Amino acid sequence: MSSTTLLTPSSPHVHGGLSIPVIMKTVIWALLPAAAMGVMVFGWSALFVMIITTLACVVTERLFNAVRHRASTLGDQSAALTGLLLAMPLPPNTPWWICVIGGGFAILMGKQLYGGLGYNMFNPALIARVFLLVSFPVQMTSWPAPAPLLSDKALSFAEGLATIISAPFNTPELLDALASATPLGQYRMEVSLGHTVREALGGSYGFDLFSAAGGMIKGSLGETSAILLLAGGIYLLRKRIITWHIPISMLAGTLLPAIIFWYTDPTKYPDPLFHLFTGGLIIGAFFMATDMVTSPVTPVGQIIFGLGCGLLTYLIRTWGGYPEGVSFAIVIMNAAVPLIDQYSRPVIYGKAKTHA
Amino acid sequence: MIEAVLSMGGMALLAGLGLGYAAIKFHVEGNPVVESLEAALPATNCGNCGFPGCHAYAEALASGEKVAISLCSPGGSEAMQSIAAILGVDPVAMETDQGPRVAMIHEEKCIGCTACIKACPVDAIVGANKQSHTVIADMCTDCEACVEPCPVDCIEMVPVPDSIYNWKWDKPAGPQVTIH
Amino acid sequence: MGILATALKKFHGGVHPKEYKELSRHCAIEELPMPKRLYVPMHQHIGAPSDPCVEPGTQVFKGQLIGEPNGFVSAPVHAPTSGTIQGIEEHVSGHPSGLTMPCAVLIPDGNDQWHPELKGLEDPYNADPQAIRDKVRESGVVGLGGATFPSFIKLSPPQGKVAELLIINGVECEPYLTCDARLMEEHSQEIIDGIRIMLQALQTKQCVIAIEDNKPGAIQAMRRAAQETKNVQVVSLPVMYPQGAEKQLIEVLIHRQVPSGCLPIDVGVIVHNVATALAVREAVLFGHPLVHRVVTVTGLGIARPANLNVPVGTPAQDLIDHCGGLKNGVKKVVMGGPMMGVALGDLQAPVVKGTSGLLAMLARETVQEPEQPCIRCGNCLQACPVQLTPCEMAWRAKHDLIDQLDAVHLMDCIECGSCAYVCPSHIPLVHYFRYGKLAMAAKKHDKDKAELTRQRNQAKQARAEAEKAEKERKKEEMRLASEARKKAAAASQAGESAPAKPVPTSKPAAEESAP
Repeated sequence: MSSTTLLTPSSPHVHGGLSIPVIMKTVIWALLPAAAMGVMVFGWSALFVMIITTLACVVTERLFNAVRHRASTLGDQSAALTGLLLAMPLPPNTPWWICVIGGGFAILMGKQLYGGLGYNMFNPALIARVFLLVSFPVQMTSWPAPAPLLSDKALSFAEGLATIISAPFNTPELLDALASATPLGQYRMEVSLGHTVREALGGSYGFDLFSAAGGMIKGSLGETSAILLLAGGIYLLRKRIITWHIPISMLAGTLLPAIIFWYTDPTKYPDPLFHLFTGGLIIGAFFMATDMVTSPVTPVGQIIFGLGCGLLTYLIRTWGGYPEGVSFAIVIMNAAVPLIDQYSRPVIYGKAKTHA
Repeated sequence: MIEAVLSMGGMALLAGLGLGYAAIKFHVEGNPVVESLEAALPATNCGNCGFPGCHAYAEALASGEKVAISLCSPGGSEAMQSIAAILGVDPVAMETDQGPRVAMIHEEKCIGCTACIKACPVDAIVGANKQSHTVIADMCTDCEACVEPCPVDCIEMVPVPDSIYNWKWDKPAGPQVTIH
Repeated sequence: MGILATALKKFHGGVHPKEYKELSRHCAIEELPMPKRLYVPMHQHIGAPSDPCVEPGTQVFKGQLIGEPNGFVSAPVHAPTSGTIQGIEEHVSGHPSGLTMPCAVLIPDGNDQWHPELKGLEDPYNADPQAIRDKVRESGVVGLGGATFPSFIKLSPPQGKVAELLIINGVECEPYLTCDARLMEEHSQEIIDGIRIMLQALQTKQCVIAIEDNKPGAIQAMRRAAQETKNVQVVSLPVMYPQGAEKQLIEVLIHRQVPSGCLPIDVGVIVHNVATALAVREAVLFGHPLVHRVVTVTGLGIARPANLNVPVGTPAQDLIDHCGGLKNGVKKVVMGGPMMGVALGDLQAPVVKGTSGLLAMLARETVQEPEQPCIRCGNCLQACPVQLTPCEMAWRAKHDLIDQLDAVHLMDCIECGSCAYVCPSHIPLVHYFRYGKLAMAAKKHDKDKAELTRQRNQAKQARAEAEKAEKERKKEEMRLASEARKKAAAASQAGESAPAKPVPTSKPAAEESAP
């Protein structure tokens, strides 16, 4: 019976069972409610955007494996997750070719050229989003109003598909017709014109916090439903896929200055809840900044990283050249991760200074 | 125009003075490359490399002449790797890398002539005239200097035997990515 | 009271693997029938190997010395039963290399007869501490928790240091293992006896027995046995691996860390395993050396799990056969616990003093997935009880950045395996650490040897030069002497026949003077 040779690897001989695919799948599950909400609010086109970016990522990954004569790395599920994460901040009517370029860029330039999963410096989905934002500013900031499925404004399945597929390569005018500002964009534009926050968001724009939290506002297809994203984030915390350090410190990094400035001048600076429920702060804090590969491994480092992401987000939102700063903030902080890790290693057992 | 020429010229002068000062202030005696190379060599001065001692080999390596970096047999591939790192060249294959060895004297054949004792650069062989000699294995540097002088060919370089005391964990292979 | 904290502190990190203790928890300790042949290794402890001191063919009694300790940190080896020493042979050991070590091969005669001269101390509970230590030392008692450090050293607090608290480690945090739990349930009174002897040796007044709360039977038994004894108390700890690691257990109980590079005695604590307490009792009460121990034979791959009392030197195969053999599909046989034990390649490897378990593991118990790239999830940092940065340590070891390993405190790693247990990329972190530690040691060895080589070579050259100088000097002296002689000769000649003649003519002169 002991004729089979016994294995003699190093201890430990048991394993907890966690694996990369399990982690990636859990994150995908945590994103799905918010993604579904995106489809509900913005119609079928949002679904097609998600499918196209995910397919683009998966195909690029497989092609790259083949070119390099490597075994397929699709099994780790990270390409699919990147695709979904990339779709979330996109406008719900993003043309198909932008989705394809974004997906290809995320995997090729954002990950594989660094050596594949685990070696990339920047969050692939975010670096692709930043790339798309600076390359296609018009298409990337044309936000259609919510057109919930089953409502009379809703496009049919075929119409939704047509919006994405037949989107011409170069007609910003047409998109302009559809375009209107996100709450963050509206606030920046109006305040820069000398209006107060109340004038900017109230009146004809009709912003209310309740629909913002629920996702019924103009914006990207998966970022708007703050409540469902928060639920997904809490699910990840419960599943111990992420720890509290990065999300909480990132939220604090944005909300603390928001509270201070709002308190000093509420006419110029919107309240902290506005910052919390608009734009991509929650998806950024729970899903983007917590990307394991591109965030610090030490608890103290994670807090520094999160605070940095949050603070930069507030700075860009309030004084920067773009209305939304989550992607830029995280990408900038990604670059600082090796440094942060280097200087935030925990004090090990028996080396604490408190000893007599 | 004049101001530009003057200011540029002034700056050049300042930079030149600074460089000149630094050259004197931070002047290094001897060749630091030779020193670090010598530190990487085992210092047995056995001459296996064909140079008269470790210092000479280090100087030859540092001189930029075409000298193979793999000539030090006592240092083995470890020394070769260090030399490659210091000189900034690619590591090469060792000509003969059989792993660590020690000299072993076949004591029944030894006639006690002390020739090997005289040859050993690190006094790792003990014995007296007309008495069988023996090698202090811990001291032996695998330089083979004792093999040649023995008139009865009783010295053999034997691989250090594996035991639980010198056994090492091999390095894990790492992620396997290529298709075979 | 004392330094024992009133509440328990949680140590950093740790994991909670599936316990599998139910497999053997209810198996009472049984005696293994005497094996046909014992292979008693000469190196079963931390420190220098013992020197065999018996000739082939010697008849030995049970408990007779067969290996003498070699230096201070070493331990004697005794015959586990009476019989004939067949020889000292190289035999496979339970070492991860699978290489051999010298073992005394003993053919039992079946009488299992103790050496008649073995005697315990009189009045052991009030004996002179040094007498107790000597008894423990000559009985070859080592730490039975797995570290196998000679116990007498841990019963001798250094000058000026006081052991305020004796911790008896009944934590048994490794999954599967139940040998300590069974010992506590079945031999609680004997363990208390051993503790009283240890307290006397240490001149310590307070003792705490730490047991994880997944062993209610052991806790109950020990509480009952400890009732009679003042200052011995039983503490129940929540389950968490590696709580049984010495330094972690100390932090849990006294809320203080043992400073890096120091010993528990530096914070006023001594930790001994429960089985060691029992071995101390046997040694001091009866003079019986440590020659057998309880081994948990378990795992899903064994037909009949058991807790066996086994003579040291019994091949693993004998234990497995006694327990009904291996089931089909066994992938690994592990000596020790699943987190820190050694996977055996050869089942002839013998049980030694530190062997706590023998696990036959099926594929589904011991997942061995291929290594993936590190995704920097940080789980290893969360799990590390020493608060190290395992992923960075492994990365440095992997890329042979040996000089940087000290900066990430590789040597402080206790190899508990918690990091590898939680790693989603299945990186064999502990394997990398072991590789790195040996590489560090090898590098230091090489450096030391190079330095020594340099010195010896310089010494040799200096000597050669001195010899040459000496020769020169001698030559010069001889020359001078001969010159002086010549001069003297010339002078004397000149004295006889002045005036002085030129030197060349001295020869005939000498000839003249010769007759």
